[in-house]
Amino acid sequence: MSTTQAVPAGIYGLLAEFEDPRTLVQAAKRTYAAGYRRIDTFSPYPIEAAWEAIGHHDSRLSFIVLAGGLVGLATGAALQWWVHTIAYPLNIAGKPLNSWPMFVPVCFELTILFAALSAVIGMIVLNGLPQPYHPAFNVDRFERASRDRFFLLVESEDPKFDRAHTAEFLRGLNASEVSEVEP
Amino acid sequence: MINPKPATYEPAPLIEPGHTFGSITDKIGGVVLTTKQPLSWIIVVSIGFMIMGMLGMAVTWLLLKGTGIWGVNIPVGWGFAIINFVWWIGIGHAGTLISAILLLLKQGWRTSINRFAEGMTIFAVMCAGLFPLIHTGRPWLAAYWLFPYPNSMSIWPQFRSPLIWDVFAVSTYFTVSLLFWYVGLIPDLATLRDKAKLKPVKVAYGMLALGWRGSARHWQRYEHIYLLLAGLSTPLVLSVHTVVSFDFSIGIIPGWHATIFPPYFVAGAIYAGFAMVLTLAIPLRKVYGMEDFITMRHLENMGKVTLLTGMIVGYGYISEAFFGWYSANKYEGFMILNRMFGPYWYMYWTLIFCNIITPQALWFRKVRTTPMGLFAVAMIVNVGMWLERFVIVVTSLHRDFLPSSWGMYYGTVWDWMTFIGTIGMFVTFFFLFVRFLPMISIFEMRTMAPAAKMKESEGH
Repeated sequence: MSTTQAVPAGIYGLLAEFEDPRTLVQAAKRTYAAGYRRIDTFSPYPIEAAWEAIGHHDSRLSFIVLAGGLVGLATGAALQWWVHTIAYPLNIAGKPLNSWPMFVPVCFELTILFAALSAVIGMIVLNGLPQPYHPAFNVDRFERASRDRFFLLVESEDPKFDRAHTAEFLRGLNASEVSEVEP
Repeated sequence: MINPKPATYEPAPLIEPGHTFGSITDKIGGVVLTTKQPLSWIIVVSIGFMIMGMLGMAVTWLLLKGTGIWGVNIPVGWGFAIINFVWWIGIGHAGTLISAILLLLKQGWRTSINRFAEGMTIFAVMCAGLFPLIHTGRPWLAAYWLFPYPNSMSIWPQFRSPLIWDVFAVSTYFTVSLLFWYVGLIPDLATLRDKAKLKPVKVAYGMLALGWRGSARHWQRYEHIYLLLAGLSTPLVLSVHTVVSFDFSIGIIPGWHATIFPPYFVAGAIYAGFAMVLTLAIPLRKVYGMEDFITMRHLENMGKVTLLTGMIVGYGYISEAFFGWYSANKYEGFMILNRMFGPYWYMYWTLIFCNIITPQALWFRKVRTTPMGLFAVAMIVNVGMWLERFVIVVTSLHRDFLPSSWGMYYGTVWDWMTFIGTIGMFVTFFFLFVRFLPMISIFEMRTMAPAAKMKESEGH
């Protein structure tokens, strides 16, 4: 355990380390059941049970991507209609100026383009990335979160957080190590 | 094993037993975070880079002299540029098929091949995109021909033209493929950041990783959009080669004006792409010792997809010949006879040999499970798919409606230098990617490890 006693109550939270995904998910469930809400888990690959265990579900991205796609569709339709009827009307083989069936491919491509861009940008923004600094990185062992270890973080902001009690609680969840996280 | 049942077929595993999260990370990440490279890497990149230099020379001369240095002329106004464009863009399709369509179909065998297949897509689309740009002769002017932006001449592109659809399809395809690839890379970049020992390397990967830390909240949104991107890429990839085929089928040239073109082109694209994935995967797994991750199962499955798409392409050839006769149109009838027995007969029959006869070897499990056999078939298909585009483009054009306008077409030395040069560019970019980024998705491979199973019952 790191010694951060010099900064009284100045820790970001407690980080518990687990050896395998099953222990992590069980621990996360019990932490959530114990009333902790400002918690997060870290794993080297996506574990659906882990975000379910901490009660996280965010479906806003579905709507963001739908909106992006619709904006793309509208952009394609408006652009082609405007170009061919107002900005630069050309009579091609006697076709009507607003020959919309010919505009379908570009509308389709722009729908996909805008939807994909809003998906990626939406994910990055909602995840608060890029975020080069996070207190968890202060724990040396945390670099294994991108390798083969599983972590559970309880933030000190949590109303139920108590430096000694929470550490004891986490150790009782089969954590192989519990570290204090400097802010 | 006590039952005296007939020997049932047991497919090879997707990942060799005995791997842990750590061993997967070290094995794949170790290729990148090392100062040592196999000698073959250095040789391949050197040769690729030299050939890319030839491309630079050919393009420079083209920009100085104009497209007159190419073999195109009336009646064959479309030559190597579109042949190579269609060939390269087709190759890209397998990468998206593997990363998106196989993801939606929950095919576990996509996991160890998707990363480098996506890389292949991006570099192939870059090679493809070069040709429409340089075939204009003055690419710096092509901006207002291709993209709708308010220019000082107040003119706009013609959106009723399939060539403009192509611009939108290909640029969207490139952008979305790049996004898909980068999103897939973020967790692996974080792994490399944490694993790297040298400060500058750590900082470089750290910046690209955006501070990824594997938070469950992040993973949830990440998985959400990864699935959405797969869902968006699936219709996109089908639309790209469809639009490419519209470049031909909207025209009224005999042999091009056919409704079979979109599905036939899409199948051909996937066929060519899988051949290229095999061409890359077989040497890669050997040189970097990735046999544990790219197992015989992967090679065999890719062989099966190649066979299936090859058969669809064969159906396309048969229906072309059938419609040449059944349409009772004398130009269509002449076109197909000319294609088979005219001056380019050897191209047509080589193409049939490469694309229809050779892949029949893949019916035999022995061939599908022999890397050298698969590699040989894949190389022949690569050639065959290039010939297919040559036959479609050239044989339809060189016999114009009036016999007085008939002509022949051959690529000049500059055509060949440009084409072979893009192969050098592709090889160079691909092997630089293998050097600097993990060629197999590390985090997705971790989900394949036995330790990742959440319940005992999940093991199958």
